[in-house]
Amino acid sequence: MTRIPIFTLSPTMLSRVAESIYWMSRQVERAENHARFLEVTLNLILDQPEDVVDPWEPLVQVTGDTAWFLEKYGPPNAQNVVKFLAFDLEYHSSMLTCLRAARENAKSVRESLSSESYEQLNEFYHFVQHATSEQLTDPTAAFFDSVRRHALMWSGTLDNTMAHNKAWHFANVGRLLERADKTSRILDVKYFNLLPRIEDVGTAVDDLQWSTLLLAISGFEAYRRDHHLVDLEKVVEFFLFHRTFPRSILSCVAGADWSLYEISESSHETVPREARQKIAALKHRLSRTNVKEVLAGGMHQFIDLLQGELNEIGNLLNHDYFNQPSST
Amino acid sequence: MQNEIPSQSQFQSIPRQSIVAPKLESYQTDGFFDELVDEHTMARPDAEMLVQLINRIPAGELLRRQRSIERSLYQMGITFTVYSDNSGTEKIMPFDVIPRIVSAMLWHHIEAGLRQRIRALNRFLSDIYGDQAIVNDGIIPKELIDSCPAFLPQCVGLKPPRDVWCHITGTDLVRDNTGAVYVLEDNLRCPSGVSYVLQNRHVMKRNFPQVFGASRVRPVNDYPSRLYGMLRSMVPWEIDNPTVAVLTPGVFNSAYYEHSFLAQQMGVELVEGRDLVVQDDFVYMRTTDGLQQVDVIYRRVDDTFLDPEVFRKDSALGVAGLMRAYRAGNVALANAPGTGVADDKVIYAFVPQMIDYYLGEQPILANVPTYVCQQEEDRNYVLDHLDELVVKAAGESGGYGILIGPHATDDERAEFAAKIRENPRNYIAQPTLQLSRVPTLANDTIEGRHVDLRPYILYSGPDDVWVMPGGLTRVALKKGSLVVNSSQGGGSKDTWVVAEAGQPVASSNS
Repeated sequence: MTRIPIFTLSPTMLSRVAESIYWMSRQVERAENHARFLEVTLNLILDQPEDVVDPWEPLVQVTGDTAWFLEKYGPPNAQNVVKFLAFDLEYHSSMLTCLRAARENAKSVRESLSSESYEQLNEFYHFVQHATSEQLTDPTAAFFDSVRRHALMWSGTLDNTMAHNKAWHFANVGRLLERADKTSRILDVKYFNLLPRIEDVGTAVDDLQWSTLLLAISGFEAYRRDHHLVDLEKVVEFFLFHRTFPRSILSCVAGADWSLYEISESSHETVPREARQKIAALKHRLSRTNVKEVLAGGMHQFIDLLQGELNEIGNLLNHDYFNQPSST
Repeated sequence: MQNEIPSQSQFQSIPRQSIVAPKLESYQTDGFFDELVDEHTMARPDAEMLVQLINRIPAGELLRRQRSIERSLYQMGITFTVYSDNSGTEKIMPFDVIPRIVSAMLWHHIEAGLRQRIRALNRFLSDIYGDQAIVNDGIIPKELIDSCPAFLPQCVGLKPPRDVWCHITGTDLVRDNTGAVYVLEDNLRCPSGVSYVLQNRHVMKRNFPQVFGASRVRPVNDYPSRLYGMLRSMVPWEIDNPTVAVLTPGVFNSAYYEHSFLAQQMGVELVEGRDLVVQDDFVYMRTTDGLQQVDVIYRRVDDTFLDPEVFRKDSALGVAGLMRAYRAGNVALANAPGTGVADDKVIYAFVPQMIDYYLGEQPILANVPTYVCQQEEDRNYVLDHLDELVVKAAGESGGYGILIGPHATDDERAEFAAKIRENPRNYIAQPTLQLSRVPTLANDTIEGRHVDLRPYILYSGPDDVWVMPGGLTRVALKKGSLVVNSSQGGGSKDTWVVAEAGQPVASSNS
């Protein structure tokens, strides 16, 4: 009977724990992104002239669950979109559903997290849960801003109170794959919704719309520093290919690639490495693509392909780490 | 059967050091023994500082600190979910801010008594699953063992590593109207509650640093490292880096928080049955690197759920083949399977005889006098005195299956009488003890509430027994109630055991 040698990066990691940590992290990231989308939209409607662009329908489209939404709520408006994205416990990806699931996952792996991380997530969940009824009556950007702060605290706590061992790397992969997916979705939907209004190009309204899109990923200031003026091609490039901005797709993919590299390097030689190979290939492709090619070939097609690949990487994690066949 | 109860009142008559002990203002002992004050509500010597603080503290401040502690416990997620509604309402285990104080001398007595008791109980387990000398010598009737549901024939002939059966025990102690200490019951299966001891201490230190620091309280926070040390010493072979795991039934178990807390504090894996697999009589866990061997399992899954090959076939909480690996000596289990026979409420009545039989000693801690309904003479006495006695079902725990005679209605007593006649093996009875009380916050006033005490004992061998200084003080928060179980309106308090000269004292900032 052979014993598996002890590796430097976390000697043992239960498959179940790895999977729960990965999902926990994805779920918090998803909740954070929904809060971001709602926050910028609630701010946007205060600034823009009435009836210019309906800001609510695109938020439903971002989720990919438009049919489900229409069935339950009918035409989108501020109230029902806030309920849907933030508080609807019947919807599998609402902020509250995600936080509740993340906390259940955290609870099931609590011993692998730092106490501070768990407590932060616990507080985060209670904060949102307790605010539910008042926010359903009168949603405020301020509330979603606080949610974003909670999410940032969670992220900081996770990064700064735990060894960056395998558990942390699985959390990081979950966080970054989810973030890449969400960044791509909001770009896709907003691009589709904004582009047809060709008569607005170069107007204050157009500027406002694209700025809002940048704000949704906290990228407005970083973009301004690089480019000053809002320019469609440059905004798309910022979203897709910025090398260092932490919510750009290339940066997310590169971060997830690094974590999967660390995980696979510290894993037993018999462990398959398909997820790592796939994400390395994706990173390589993204870093050799430029924005002009994307726009020429069709942005929607590009993002569709990207999302398919991100999903595939998620499935391969399952194959490589979470659901290995039992054999010695 | 009746036991001689040694008088322990000498522990209460320590000469007073200060000139005038402070009096706990507007408090009534109502004729009960109180842990913090005497019958004139003057502070007992070790409680003087605490009583002064309570007197001095502005009205409402205690309640404010209580709320603040409750908030911390809530944020730490030490909660259980209220399933009656679907909104995910969560509650903390009730906590009372006023600690219970145990003098060094009383503790000395308790600790010696617990060490003795655990040594005898471990001998009993080894014997009862071996030669059964205690039965053959006529000390315990054979039919009481054979009819005991917690006696597991599958465990006969087991040889646990180092002959240790009851690695972790939580023994429930009570004090009566004279302050005498009794053992109410032994918990040798999967005693829970130790995480509350550690968390209660943690929040008390943060909220009462001054009085805590000055009270010379013995530390409890080394429990996880003591537990780890004990588990490690059970490793069946020489190995540098053994894999120790805590086996939990899962996140829906009411003690899940504790399982996860202990695993985290010890830095070991928390596993569920589905994480484990037995191959060739070795136990492995499923890791991201494939299967990894497990050497020691601190199991918090009940005996009969441990292994569907041997016990309950419908169990999804255990691991098929675990007992094969255990018998082959390839994994250590704490506690050993089968220990429940020693805390059966009927077998409990024989612990004083076990101490005499195995150790040749007199019991240091008395049992509560116990009538065994299986025995005709005892049964007749019980049926005639139901209005004075507490009747307990042998197979129940958590405060269920209990009749408190003096508080019961005629109908309830008649119902129990019928049950006793129908299945006498399942019932014992004890006199109703006037449990001691501790001042407890009841909204913004302070009233006496009844308490018990559960210290935790780690047994690594007859010469290596560690008793946690203190333990879980459970308090019946309902006025007049004697039931301290959390499922029945009980809460908990921090327990301060005062250090003797030379003993380590807990620091309020660690």
